[in-house]
Amino acid sequence: MRPEKTKVILKELAILAVYLAAWEAASLLVGKELLLPSPPRTLARLFELLGQPESWAIAGMTLVRILSGFALGVAGGILLAVLTARSRFAEELLRPLRSVVKATPVTSFILLALLWLASDLVPLFIAFLMVLPIVWTSTADAIVHTDARLVEMGRVFGLSKAKILLKIYVPSVLPESLAACTTSLGFAWKAGVAAEIIALPQRSIGYQLYESKLRIETVDLFAWTLLVILLSMLLEWLLVSCMRRIRHD
Amino acid sequence: MIKLQNVSLRFGEREVFRDFSASIPLSGVTAVSGPSGAGKTTLFRLILGLQKPDFGTVSGLEGKRPAVVFQEDRLLPWTDALGNVSLVSDEKRAAEALAAVGLSGSERLLPDQLSGGMKRRVALARALAYGGDLLLLDEPFTGLDDESKRAAAEAIRRAGLPALIITHDASEAALLGALETIRLV
Repeated sequence: MRPEKTKVILKELAILAVYLAAWEAASLLVGKELLLPSPPRTLARLFELLGQPESWAIAGMTLVRILSGFALGVAGGILLAVLTARSRFAEELLRPLRSVVKATPVTSFILLALLWLASDLVPLFIAFLMVLPIVWTSTADAIVHTDARLVEMGRVFGLSKAKILLKIYVPSVLPESLAACTTSLGFAWKAGVAAEIIALPQRSIGYQLYESKLRIETVDLFAWTLLVILLSMLLEWLLVSCMRRIRHD
Repeated sequence: MIKLQNVSLRFGEREVFRDFSASIPLSGVTAVSGPSGAGKTTLFRLILGLQKPDFGTVSGLEGKRPAVVFQEDRLLPWTDALGNVSLVSDEKRAAEALAAVGLSGSERLLPDQLSGGMKRRVALARALAYGGDLLLLDEPFTGLDDESKRAAAEAIRRAGLPALIITHDASEAALLGALETIRLV
């Protein structure tokens, strides 16, 4: 391992240690595990959960729901971006819809989705709604701001529409769209888990969080929350790594 | 023959052409010269069909494949010199065109790693690699030193295509051996 990389890792571990020490100090100060469990207790419970296949199945189901919503949101956002960037009429027609989706509180959507959909589909739908307007807005903006002179150059040199799309529009739009995907993944994850807590689909992290709260098992609540945070960080890291690869290709 | 007949064009208050007519042969090299603001680039865009005249007609390029060097380099910033040239041709031809303008060894450099003159030569290489029916060159030697200008002019001559060069510098037209010059005032 290169010395600079070792330095970076050591620095990050030191920062983590500071936070764990602050958590431990706060826990000692409060003195009640019911209100604030200590880091060793929480981590022990987390490792216990990770040792159980059922926990993996639960986390897997939550991941599938939220990532499906995320993927649908990205696809829908790109589709609508192309449509609204190319057609003024479509932009004017769909602008209010985008504004409504952006402005409506997530909880309102969750409650409405509960009326319309099976509980399993609510987190998926909420993740979709979180991602859609972000990807839509950023991608449409990037399409509109694609250098028209490059497109004109492509046309003058007789490039096909497909080649202009692949060689000029896609590389021009990609950085904005990928950045929007990273931002929206965090929102989708948080809102998706919140939707699970309200919709309570069987085999979901949200259900486990709700149950922990109901049974006043604060250690479990913290351990599941920690798992949510770790999965979110893992997802973001995976997405950023994919993006780096796509950008370098 | 490219024909402009009774062309008139205004941009707001500014009249660029009034009842302008010209014939540009599709053989040899023809230069269009004139001071800044005389309408050279607008003429270039009219010929390419990128600008419509208010009145009059422009004809002669129908069915032709012009190889163009625009006033700006118009290089894709996310791909290297070879990628930019092979956008309009195959890679072998692109590499040959880059070598012809003196850019062997710079194929893998991105536009922001190239000097102004090198970018210009990549834009010229792109036009040469395209293999069209005629060359339309808007100030192709901008930012080039004398030696690079001579090398670029040689590469253009070797292509053996009819060419129209827009330039404010008469010596550049002479360098390409322009047979005819259309002066805009």
